[in-house]
Amino acid sequence: MVNFRSPELAKQVAGHLKGIAPKFPVKFCHVCGTHEWTVTHFGLRSVLPEMVEVVAGPGCPVCVLPAAEIDEAVKLALEGVTVATFGDVLRVPGSSLSLAEARSRGGDVRIVYGIHDAVKMAIEEPEREFVFFSIGFETTAPLTASEILKGPPDNLSFLISHRLIPPAMELLLGIGDLHIDGFIAPGHVSTIIGLKSYEIFPSAYNMPVVVAGFEPLDILFAIDMLLQQINNGVAKLENEYNRVVKPEGNEKALRHIQQVFNVVDGRWRGLGRLPLSAFALKSKFEKWDSRKKHKIKVGVGRDILPGCQCHLIMIGKINPIDCPLYMSICTPESPKGPCMVSIEGSCRIWSKHGIDTHKT
Amino acid sequence: MIIMCLAIPAKIIEIHGDDAKVDFGEGVLREVNISLVNANTDEYVLVHAGYAIQVIDEKEAQETLKLWTEILEMENPTA
Repeated sequence: MVNFRSPELAKQVAGHLKGIAPKFPVKFCHVCGTHEWTVTHFGLRSVLPEMVEVVAGPGCPVCVLPAAEIDEAVKLALEGVTVATFGDVLRVPGSSLSLAEARSRGGDVRIVYGIHDAVKMAIEEPEREFVFFSIGFETTAPLTASEILKGPPDNLSFLISHRLIPPAMELLLGIGDLHIDGFIAPGHVSTIIGLKSYEIFPSAYNMPVVVAGFEPLDILFAIDMLLQQINNGVAKLENEYNRVVKPEGNEKALRHIQQVFNVVDGRWRGLGRLPLSAFALKSKFEKWDSRKKHKIKVGVGRDILPGCQCHLIMIGKINPIDCPLYMSICTPESPKGPCMVSIEGSCRIWSKHGIDTHKT
Repeated sequence: MIIMCLAIPAKIIEIHGDDAKVDFGEGVLREVNISLVNANTDEYVLVHAGYAIQVIDEKEAQETLKLWTEILEMENPTA
């Protein structure tokens, strides 16, 4: 495997960035928890030129889940349905309970590595009713779509809570005081959706976009490409991650998504309802739709606890250290907001790397 | 623990229909579903939540690094 972690090359790119950095401040936004992990883990902010800032947008799929959808899963678990989902979801707060708390009250909540584990469990225990709580961005959605197309067992249904990344990027551009100068687009979402969905950003918003991979060099190359666009006075869509991301995406995965899901409006925690930002099962698959099968009804939900700044951290408006709860009453051991729960949440990533001052 | 948008590179060891045995490195072997990609033995794939979602183009990877090395040498000769 070709190595994208060479410290020597990274030093050279950092030197090049300093040489081409503008004299005015620029802010680049990524929208992926794994990008935030790479940026923080490898200390990339410390090698960037002073005028270049990288902020994290709403790229943590667990963080953006509204409390009401956690409430749906909690309700099912407490009613005796087995809820299978990714481990990262368990401690995310619902309006009153998390799935972990539902489990401690007797609910059967199981952690799975992927959807195929849930299918296997449902086949092995035909007397039990299973729900797969299907969350994630466009990277995860085709896996669920593929299993549904195969015709899952009758005792399994799907609580679909997928969200789409490009509408969230568009939301950020509508927030006047964020002042974003370019996007580092998420490599693995783009692996599935390809490049087309990002064309709107340079063409309608004059906003540079570079699709990037997840190694430190990928991020530094992407920042270099964005700075060059700014210096040249152009806004283009470029692909740094061309060893994986094809312009057309993964066509088979996209076909499965289109066969199984409709694109609908979706609520995002703390950000409200975004048009055409979520997937819902098409009516021909409604026998596997948990919301229809189990007739779940929950309230609007309570997304953000008083004092929690997760909704501002998720749009890159403030940093975790700017939240008064960060590492005071909100810690990885006792998280108050979703950004501290998920291993893709900015607060958790920063806290795990010992960041408690502005010297990042 | 799964990181939702993380996909991890793995080398395909054996293919059995829609599934393949892959090597995540350091001897970590796992069965993954490869029905969403056209992959061959010995190729690297990106695996997300038990599914291969794309084949990694090693040639493209080498070319990216070569190109950047050339750009940096040209523009930053003292570095």
